Amino acid sequence: MKSIQEIQEEIVSEFSLLDGDQEMTVFYIMELGQKLDEMPEADKTEENIVKGCQSKVWLTARLEGNKVVFAADSNTAITKGLVSLLLRIFSGQTPDTILSAEIDFMHKIGMERFIGTQRSNGFAAMMKQIKRYALAFKTQIEVGQ
Amino acid sequence: MNVSETIALDINKIRDLFPILHQQVNGKPLVYFDNAATSQKPKRVIQKLVEYYEGYNANIHRGIHTLAEKATKAYEGSRELTREFLGAASSEEIVFTRGVTESINLVASSYGRKFLNKGDEVIISGLEHHSNIVPWQIVCEEKGAKLIIIPVTDSGEIDLTKYKSLLSDKTRIVATNHASNSLGTINPVEDIIKLAHQRGAVVMIDGAQAAAHLPINVVELDADFYCISSHKMYGPTGVGVLYGKRKLLEVMPPYMGGGEMIKDVTFEKTTYNDLPYKFEAGTPNIADVIAFGDAIEFINELGKVNIARHENDLLAYAHKRLQEIEGVQLIGTAKNKVSVVSFIIEGVHPFDIGQMLDARGIAVRTGHHCTQPLMDRFGIEGTVRASFAVYNTKAEIDSLAEGLRRIVNFLSK
Repeated sequence: MKSIQEIQEEIVSEFSLLDGDQEMTVFYIMELGQKLDEMPEADKTEENIVKGCQSKVWLTARLEGNKVVFAADSNTAITKGLVSLLLRIFSGQTPDTILSAEIDFMHKIGMERFIGTQRSNGFAAMMKQIKRYALAFKTQIEVGQ
Repeated sequence: MNVSETIALDINKIRDLFPILHQQVNGKPLVYFDNAATSQKPKRVIQKLVEYYEGYNANIHRGIHTLAEKATKAYEGSRELTREFLGAASSEEIVFTRGVTESINLVASSYGRKFLNKGDEVIISGLEHHSNIVPWQIVCEEKGAKLIIIPVTDSGEIDLTKYKSLLSDKTRIVATNHASNSLGTINPVEDIIKLAHQRGAVVMIDGAQAAAHLPINVVELDADFYCISSHKMYGPTGVGVLYGKRKLLEVMPPYMGGGEMIKDVTFEKTTYNDLPYKFEAGTPNIADVIAFGDAIEFINELGKVNIARHENDLLAYAHKRLQEIEGVQLIGTAKNKVSVVSFIIEGVHPFDIGQMLDARGIAVRTGHHCTQPLMDRFGIEGTVRASFAVYNTKAEIDSLAEGLRRIVNFLSK
């Protein structure tokens, strides 16, 4: 498993190939979303919706061994692509790694510039929800021990 | 001052008057199709703001010094231009507000609170912007009155037959827009007003989407209240107008208390100022009101007839080009429309379309356009809306069509 830092560096280097072309960037993000593993329809419930996102985002997490595995979907293609980046970084990491992770790839790929303030808030909401899951699983593991 | 009624406008010359249009967005020439949200401002409007602040910024009315006199004259000059623009009988019937939203709230709060009683009915249409829904909900709830909605047809028009059957002796107020911000539908306000008057109800027309596109004459329409917003008609933000018939404004209590709106104040009793100042508490938005006058002159000089002809051309062309694209479905197909095109593309979320168009420098609006009940009526979450102004061109519509085609092609891969 690559470290969170390594994955972020990979993403930054992939996006740098797009050379700042906004249209290509948007298409690329949507392509990433199309490749995301399907989320079971049954999981797209009201309670799995991440609050604070402008478009609908569903996020679930489960513990496999000591790793957190995330699944997500969105009703908009671009958001789904952006969410897929977060899943690529966080899914399969341990709760401790997730909780201590410093996420800086968004600035480096110039994401705020084209996703706008409203979506940035949604992005923050996603991060918060991911960390909340990690914290819950960390507690679960510690109590279990 | 109106120019000849039938000149063809030189759109390139008009574009030169708008500094903001000459820029690249995301590496592409800006195509601004979000005019129903707010239109861009010609240089003379922007310059007027600078001239005011550099030359004669002063608080208006009551000031005896030269700058105050100059500012007052310019401010009241805008009121006179507005009166003429709306065809009102007297400038005392022209109240400056912050926008249509405030104008509607003023009527709902002041007229509504005073004249609505338990069991009375207020009628609005299913085409309304939230700002012509919520103020009425608030006052109806407070007074125990009932809010009734005129249904909308599949083409996005007010159902006039249903409207007739909803009117009754209990109807006190009817409030509808002149043109729909979401769909562009032009409503038959003359009929709406006439029918309401037969039942003794007063009518408030939200003219936010009509002011820059359609001829308006409040006296001929016999509208009791008519509201417009400066920023949707090439003027600055933060200025709106409430036209009200004098006999109605006179019997309405003030909306806000403070300076400007009083004649005499003692701790025992305050007497209110004359119209329209009774409704203009506090220092008004002097600079923007003055520059709003220039926006009106800009429209007058082009001639609304000429503007409408150009915009109707754009509308017809946009309908044609969009319908050539697979999966595009127009929402709102009324016979009479202002230059607003609302559409959805099967299987593509409006946000994604908006985002992808933005990457090509094209500004459209996506979502429910502050008309959630109307979106519910069509069973959709929202639309993509392209809305045109006098400075838009067919070449820009070609760019929109090309952008949409690329999106559809990408997603159907």
